[in-house]
Amino acid sequence: MEKFTTHTGIGVPLRRSNVDTDQIIPAVYLKRVTRTGFEDALFAAWRGDPTFILNQDDYKQGSVLVAGPDFGTGSSREHAVWALKDYGFKVVIASRFADIFRGNSGKQGLLAAEVEQSDVELLWKALEAEPGKHLTVSLEDRTVTCGDITVSFHVDDYVRWRLMEGLDDIGLTLAHEGDITEFEKTRAAWRPKTLPAKTEPKQKVEAARPAQ
Amino acid sequence: MGTTLAEKLWESHLVRKGTDGAPDLLYIDLHMVHEVTSPQAFDGLRLAGRQVRRPELTIATEDHNTPTLDIDKPIADLTSRTQIDTLRNNAKEFGVRIHSLGDADQGVVHVVGPQLGLTMPGMTVVCGDSHTSTHGAFGALAFGIGTSEVEHVLATQTLPLAPFKTMAINVDGQLPPGTTAKDVILAVIAKIGTGGGQGYVLEYRGDAIRALSMEARMTVCNMSIEAGARAGLIAPDETTFEYVKGRPHAPEGQDWDDAVAYWKTLVTDADATFDTEVHLNAAELEPFVTWGTNPGQGLPLSASVPDPESFADADEREAAANALKYMGLTPGTPFREVAVDTVFLGSCTNGRIEDLRAAAEIIQGRQKAPNTRMLVVPGSARVRLQAEAEGLDKVFIEFGAEWRNAGCSMCLGMNPDQLAPQERSASTSNRNFEGRQGKGGRTHLVSPLVAAATAVRGTLSSPADLPDAPALLA
Ligand code: SF4
Repeated sequence: MEKFTTHTGIGVPLRRSNVDTDQIIPAVYLKRVTRTGFEDALFAAWRGDPTFILNQDDYKQGSVLVAGPDFGTGSSREHAVWALKDYGFKVVIASRFADIFRGNSGKQGLLAAEVEQSDVELLWKALEAEPGKHLTVSLEDRTVTCGDITVSFHVDDYVRWRLMEGLDDIGLTLAHEGDITEFEKTRAAWRPKTLPAKTEPKQKVEAARPAQ
Repeated sequence: MGTTLAEKLWESHLVRKGTDGAPDLLYIDLHMVHEVTSPQAFDGLRLAGRQVRRPELTIATEDHNTPTLDIDKPIADLTSRTQIDTLRNNAKEFGVRIHSLGDADQGVVHVVGPQLGLTMPGMTVVCGDSHTSTHGAFGALAFGIGTSEVEHVLATQTLPLAPFKTMAINVDGQLPPGTTAKDVILAVIAKIGTGGGQGYVLEYRGDAIRALSMEARMTVCNMSIEAGARAGLIAPDETTFEYVKGRPHAPEGQDWDDAVAYWKTLVTDADATFDTEVHLNAAELEPFVTWGTNPGQGLPLSASVPDPESFADADEREAAANALKYMGLTPGTPFREVAVDTVFLGSCTNGRIEDLRAAAEIIQGRQKAPNTRMLVVPGSARVRLQAEAEGLDKVFIEFGAEWRNAGCSMCLGMNPDQLAPQERSASTSNRNFEGRQGKGGRTHLVSPLVAAATAVRGTLSSPADLPDAPALLA
């Protein structure tokens, strides 16, 4: 995961509350077997509407989404975070996030920044007054700056530290690889291994046929 | 003060204690993988240029998408075929052992692990599947995980985890004949609710639990997740050791003696305290059936469809009314009069050899009801082979049931085995959610004995309702 200290990019005002994960990425896209390439799936239903904000040239390159309260409710699908990231979003700003979405974002290096709803309104106005305007998000100072407006945001201390160090859960755990190796040395001999594979004698399995 | 079994298991796998708000890091002894929740995890490894840290602690099988007919032909459904091909390719690329369709050890992950002797007391077991709680029956800490966590375990063989609370579920006394492990767990869920176990590891205790066979214990632990629990546990004892002994991966010689000596220490200390305790009297239990659209909406089979107005709580009242509408049931109808279209015998809850034997004993020498179809889907190919060796396949086929190949099948209807809209099933699986067994399908969760008796009579029934009720009920 890349280290996150500050990010500057185009802000996208999404004036909707309760954006659930089915809206972020509809279920039909969940059948894919890859981890990347979900950019086309992001807000798939809404993107059919030419007036939708991401269909407007000024916002197409957006990387900071400023949304209404209760962002990311509904199904726990991690695909919602993958789709936002694949599209190019680095930060989502809202006054409230669903717990699972917040957890999934932290794991994937997408910053979910919690800002007071009154401040969200200020940012919306500023971004709409000047489409394509840049925002600067400083994780170090926990602030969002848009022109002469600066508002502060909340993020869990532990998540903040992880993002700033650029450590995804796996990277973080691997920083303690020595501990894992030490632990492995203490494992008793009886604990099973799947390899080399042992089974009962191989037998032929007959294929069942449809009943008449 | 003493510690609970769950805490002992946690402590013995602690690689690192979390500080400054960080979670604990736990070592994982066994990681099971299937086709649905693993593709993105392997893809993540590839993207980051990482390897599977311990392929020899990992095992894969195909179950959710696999067909139960014509398994020697290419899989017709393209999405299913792609997911299975992806798993096969990933297993090959990363050196993970896999049991594919057609192999004698293919089957539902939670049936395959114990059967190979890979699940043992004192372990941590994870899988990208919520019913991993099944393995807790051995006195192992076993829980389902999400796809990011699957990737994490593949890469590090550990998981960062936040602590849990402990709950004792005491089932004292003796179960009446014809009342099974499935009825126990349905009664537990009806009592504590589908959210009652949230944040807890449940430990099932008491005489009635001790008296259960290993397979019956797996049935109980399997459905812990249906009470919202992180995991379910039963302390290992002679029944457990007996079951593990001699299986392909069971320890041998000195290793076996060392293992058993250690396993015997895996009990909750007499002076340990649980955060919550629940008591059930086994003697008061009877065959259970669900009437609604979550596993907590269940009642004894001898009862009638409840009236939503009878629920004091407004939310429950509304939930009941919605459930009855979906299920097409009228309050006051005795359950025994509810006609069933399909009986499904299978799944990781009740698709093991003992389940098939119990059902076969009920239907032996009888004919299935004309308007009811019965699908028998062994939990694994090995279970199917065993049943065939015992002649159970013939019993089912002569009865009029369909004898299928192993897999998850109608438990979740990802393969062609699905209910039609409004079709009603009596199912030995674990989830009666709306659409779980097929869009618009109506599911009643039952034990294998009730499933068998229902297939005979064509309405929800227990073996005691059959003419010449079998000897086991005497
Ligand atoms: S049998 Fe059903 S519950 Fe068990 S793993 Fe398969 S789909 Fe999940």
